[in-house]
Amino acid sequence: MVTKLKEVDVVIVGLGWTGGILAKELTEAGLKVVALERGAQRSPENDYSLPNIRDELRYVVRHDLMQNTARDTITVRNNPQQDSLPMRRLGSFLPGEVVGGSAVHWSGHTWRWTDMEFKVRSNYEERYGKKSIPEDMTIQDWGISYAELEPYYDRFEYTAAVSGKAGNIGGKIQAGGNVFEAPRAREYPLPPLTPILASEIFTNAAREAGYHPFPRPSANASQSYTNPDGSKFGACQYCGYCQRFGCEANAKGSPHITVIPIAMRNPNFELRTNAWVTKVLKASDGKRVTGVTYTNVLNGEEFEQPATIVLLCAYAINNVHLMLLSDIGTPYDPVTQKGVIGKNYCYQTGATATLFFEGKHFNPFMNAGGSNASIDDFHANWDFDRAPHNFVGGYVVAGGFNTALPIGYRPMPSGTPQWGSDWKRATAKWYQTAMVINASGSVMANRYNCFDLDPTYRNAFGLPLMRMTFDYKDNEHKMGGHAAKVINDIAKSMNPTKLNPASARTDPWTVVPYQSTHNTGGTIMGTNPRDSALNKYLQSWDCHNLFVIGANAFPHNSAYNPTGPVGALAYWTADAIKNKYLKNPGPLVQA
Amino acid sequence: MKDASSKDAADKPATPKGSGFDRRDFLKTAVVGGAAAAGSTAAIVAPEVAQAQQAAPAAPATPTGYAFLNLDEAAFVEALVDHMIPADEVSPKGTDLGVNIYIDHALAGAWGKGDRLYMQGPWKLGAPSQGYQLPLTPAQLYRAGIEATNAHCRKTYGKTFDRIEDAQRQEVLVGLSTSKIVFDGGLPVRVFWTTLYQTVVEGMYSDPIYGGNRNKAGWAIIGFPGVIAVHHDDVEKYRGKPFPNKPVGIADMS
Ligand SMILES: Cc1cc2nc3c(=O)[nH]c(=O)nc-3n(C[C@H](O)[C@H](O)[C@H](O)COP(=O)(O)OP(=O)(O)OC[C@H]3O[C@@H](n4cnc5c(N)ncnc54)[C@H](O)[C@@H]3O)c2cc1C
Ligand code: SF4
Repeated sequence: MVTKLKEVDVVIVGLGWTGGILAKELTEAGLKVVALERGAQRSPENDYSLPNIRDELRYVVRHDLMQNTARDTITVRNNPQQDSLPMRRLGSFLPGEVVGGSAVHWSGHTWRWTDMEFKVRSNYEERYGKKSIPEDMTIQDWGISYAELEPYYDRFEYTAAVSGKAGNIGGKIQAGGNVFEAPRAREYPLPPLTPILASEIFTNAAREAGYHPFPRPSANASQSYTNPDGSKFGACQYCGYCQRFGCEANAKGSPHITVIPIAMRNPNFELRTNAWVTKVLKASDGKRVTGVTYTNVLNGEEFEQPATIVLLCAYAINNVHLMLLSDIGTPYDPVTQKGVIGKNYCYQTGATATLFFEGKHFNPFMNAGGSNASIDDFHANWDFDRAPHNFVGGYVVAGGFNTALPIGYRPMPSGTPQWGSDWKRATAKWYQTAMVINASGSVMANRYNCFDLDPTYRNAFGLPLMRMTFDYKDNEHKMGGHAAKVINDIAKSMNPTKLNPASARTDPWTVVPYQSTHNTGGTIMGTNPRDSALNKYLQSWDCHNLFVIGANAFPHNSAYNPTGPVGALAYWTADAIKNKYLKNPGPLVQA
Repeated sequence: MKDASSKDAADKPATPKGSGFDRRDFLKTAVVGGAAAAGSTAAIVAPEVAQAQQAAPAAPATPTGYAFLNLDEAAFVEALVDHMIPADEVSPKGTDLGVNIYIDHALAGAWGKGDRLYMQGPWKLGAPSQGYQLPLTPAQLYRAGIEATNAHCRKTYGKTFDRIEDAQRQEVLVGLSTSKIVFDGGLPVRVFWTTLYQTVVEGMYSDPIYGGNRNKAGWAIIGFPGVIAVHHDDVEKYRGKPFPNKPVGIADMS
């Protein structure tokens, strides 16, 4: 039996970064908001505290803060010919399952994506001609502009305590920042983090090579800080336990120390934890949604929560899953290329070199989530001519460390034995004396990379798992080759004692090991309902009182981490609801 | 580092005595303070707490014994970890590090029983890119893998893994790690080896509260400081310089 509850103004599914931002903004606008979060409440005082938070086995290896795949997972295959099989435990990506979502255990790298992405097809066609884009590459313009988003990036960066150095303020290039970034209205709220040795020597080598290194902007507060909402941050301790851990110093920009507590203090807000949303309910005319159903995972009880507005904020992958389960919009078919729900799933790629320097002390346990120096010469730099290399997109190269803990990080020159005394000696010798340079590369949409419902496997609620079909294509392989060469040239110029060179990745995408939680697409934004699921306000083209917020809205994936635009779009959507939708409920863009 | 057993005490949780002082409350207050002021987080205080507790009088050694492994399996695991981690100038041997105890606890516990593992069929081997696909919990996999490895050893050398010569053990591990050995009965060698290897590494480098990394001797190999991680000032101070190697574990601060 399903218990029907009293209608509220807004129901938010999932309380991570996007859900937290919308909860704060909409309760402040006077709306009655209920958030349904499948995970439990955890707190910095009780859970992200010393000494227990410093536990690599529990948080990194056993995924303590993350989605429990015994209850819900996806099935995976590299191509439509393969049998899709369940991802039986987490690996490649690690979505969160607590109040605060993945944003509790993220690293904080915060980038601004620009018109280079938002106008991707137009840009490439204009500069390189229509033929430069392979036929199966389904990239398209996003229907939004950097100028529209700039104030919302600013808002997110100031909320999340981003430390960095501007490279372009109002069109004026700033020394020390990313000279390729789009103009920003003002500096970052906090100065960059203190560089560690690895990022320092990478910076010098990159500059020598003629590139433009800068400190990676990151939501790790370089100093204590109070954000515009009054949320307080401690100074980052370079604790070395950043990604996959809650921050003990309250220095990491996360919703559970910013927007969520503010919403919690507002009488308009109610949070229900352990509440697993299973479906969004459609009205009989199919033009609106009426609320959601959810299960209390503590006792299995089912509820219907009616709402005037439904916001899906359940993380990119889960948002798409809920759309498919709720039968909203037309599912995408890669054969006919009709339909939109499930379309353009993208991920990221990369290449890594490890450099060994006899006699150096890198202290790889001393770093912040964002203590990297980066170069953007092969990504945001539109002057970098892609024609001779024949790929679309680009990559960012970085040197430094982020969370180099000993179960997972023990660099050794290739050819070192895997056990025995020589192995131990090599472990002892190189842990302190190695560093890495890596590239993070964009992935362009491809017609065969997509989501649909799995025909065979089900989750703990008896619902079909979502099926992910994904692999890297020739475009990414070529880009990987280019990145590997750039990395290796920089690495060699640094004269390491030994080098494990970077190489282009050409093997299929695999569910192990961890790569990044930068999954994008599936319900993409765009200019019309024929080729996108959402309009530029992340409003469903099909049901106007449904908004789907997260990286699910990205039509392709950039070289940058996603949360800058995810956060900015959350504020942008909040404003669109407050200032436009409430006044005149209906489609905000005419189809 | 040579006499590992006499240092067991350092891994025992030490409770502050007679102070009426609730550490949880202390840490909670300190964290709140840390949020407000630069460079004064709980962690700044914590090393002192840790040091005070390290100096606490020795408690009796942790009792050992197996919760999951049967006699054959225990013999296998002990031989395995002592072969992979021999005693030398770098560290004590695997059993003196407690790696066998770590593995036993891990297999007996939630992880070994398949916690967080999606265990619904149908079952297919799939491609390596699809990850773990066996209808076995880690404990069941370990059990079947040890049995299959011992069967291979009996067939090849006439004895189980724990009774063969060192050079023969080496041969077996090379065979497992390169999938040159093929198990009768269909258990995929690659999957067993990956799990085996991962657990040995975890037993060396996870916090000593899990039974391995005894006396933090695993961390000492690489100079990893453990839970102490308040480096706001150290970033400058120790840039390019060795950091004092006195690792602290969770129990030292609990
Ligand atoms: C290890 C790691 C490192 C990362 N580092 C970076 C980085 O450096 N830079 C960057 O830009 N990004 C990074 N990310 C990604 C970043 O965390 C996400 O982009 C961001 O948190 C997305 O916000 P969201 O609101 O969409 O989802 P989340 O923050 O994940 O919140 C979603 C919430 O929805 C809940 N939920 C899901 N399904 C349901 C359901 N059916 N019912 C109820 N609740 C549900 C979840 O439990 C979760 O709490 C990282 C992620 C990880 C895991
Ligand atoms: S590195 Fe800094 S921001 Fe990250 S968890 Fe540690 S103290 Fe917090």
